[in-house]
Amino acid sequence: MENERYFGAGLTYLNPSDLKGKLIAIEGTDGVGRSTHIEMLQEWLEVQGYGVVTTGWTRSSLMSRTIEVAKQGNILDRWSFSLLYATDFADRLEHQIIPALRSGFVVLADRYIYTAFARDVVRSGDRNWIRDVFGFAIVPDLVCYLRIDVDTLALRVIETSGMNYWESGMDLKLGADLYDSFKKYQSLLIEEFDKMAEEFHFEVVDARKPPEEIQEALRSKIQPILKNGQQMLAQTTVPESTAERS
Amino acid sequence: MTPSPLTFGQPHPFPGKLIIVEGIDGSGKSTQLLLLQKWLEAKGLNVVFTEWNSSLLVRETTRRGKKSKTLTPTTFSLLHATDFASRLYHNILPPLKAGLIVLADRYVYTAFARDAVRGVSPEWVRKVYNFRPDMAFYFNVPIEVAISRLLGGTRAQLKYYEAGMDLGVSQDITESFRIFQSRILAEYDKIVSEYGLITMDATKDIEEQQNEMRHVVSNALENYRPKRGTHGKRTLFWRRFNVPKSE
Repeated sequence: MENERYFGAGLTYLNPSDLKGKLIAIEGTDGVGRSTHIEMLQEWLEVQGYGVVTTGWTRSSLMSRTIEVAKQGNILDRWSFSLLYATDFADRLEHQIIPALRSGFVVLADRYIYTAFARDVVRSGDRNWIRDVFGFAIVPDLVCYLRIDVDTLALRVIETSGMNYWESGMDLKLGADLYDSFKKYQSLLIEEFDKMAEEFHFEVVDARKPPEEIQEALRSKIQPILKNGQQMLAQTTVPESTAERS
Repeated sequence: MTPSPLTFGQPHPFPGKLIIVEGIDGSGKSTQLLLLQKWLEAKGLNVVFTEWNSSLLVRETTRRGKKSKTLTPTTFSLLHATDFASRLYHNILPPLKAGLIVLADRYVYTAFARDAVRGVSPEWVRKVYNFRPDMAFYFNVPIEVAISRLLGGTRAQLKYYEAGMDLGVSQDITESFRIFQSRILAEYDKIVSEYGLITMDATKDIEEQQNEMRHVVSNALENYRPKRGTHGKRTLFWRRFNVPKSE
């Protein structure tokens, strides 16, 4: 039996019906500002009295080191890479995300399975396999997609962290140098994210705007989700006005 | 640039042959595969060997996970899938494309059986893996025979995960092995009919099994045309002077 909380076949040995918390995924391509906004959202939610747990791509205790080693060139095929990401995600899902949801936390996920989908599809052109692999994932209560165009993204990344090998998709040999490769690779990713935004009903937030506006937009998407699930808490501990403005 | 999507349903289009063995620990499958390899090599064929869960990177991770006992059925399964994908890409596909024979000790059916016993969705595991072998042998052995082989001879001690101690079915390791491997045997039974594995009676004498196996393999290789990059062996050197039959 497939459970609707799961993306596919699910974790058959785990019943997800008692997950009281809310799972909110922030998606978007590299360098779009996800982590900055997650930090601000966590602060905002905690001020309102919500327990918050954040989780991020490749941050599992089991896999983070392995993925680092793999990126240094020991594994270069897309199956292994996608499966390494899937293992990392499964580890965090079972050890962080599900326990936190069960205890009623709001879980903010910096990237979710859609990042894996985009990266794999760009490399393989095959949408089915990667989605089957992540069939054990839980469907988030909300996916906010920070959308940006590739020109703005390129400028922003150069101004801040600089372009790196993986964010430029150099393994795909799309362009002669880092800059060309970055632009081609990121356009492909953005294109795939845009398609998924429709298919999976992402809440799209324009990431070209100033940070305060983006944050405001994210909060307005998140607020309704919280009220439905935790009406009691919202009414008793946080007056409407503070919640909106803090 | 990237390999085209593969599906488990269809046979691969490459000139090489992939022959695999399956069976529980103590079934004697590795011994039989080794003997098959000796025979093929003696015939002058180029053979590549690959083993379940043997890629370095993944093995180290699995070891770390086992040590901290934090592996879940799903991460356990995915780590093995990663290992398989990496070996498929590096060790299996290139020799098959080049037209060589690849021998694999354990294959995806090991995952289908073990993961199902650990409680993972059988449909899901089947979707994760996607490459069908040319020939698959299943060494069928009763649980008691496997235990006496493992305890009596080659390996003096049962291992924690081999015995399924992570499932907590019994504190006694031999008893846990018996329960866990019996469940795996039941899964193998389903897999054998689902995928048409060639069942071998693994209680027979080693040489008798090997003769049967060689018989089946030589029939299957009838139309196989050996490829090699070097001409070190005499048999092949002389063959170069033969008049081609078809012309």
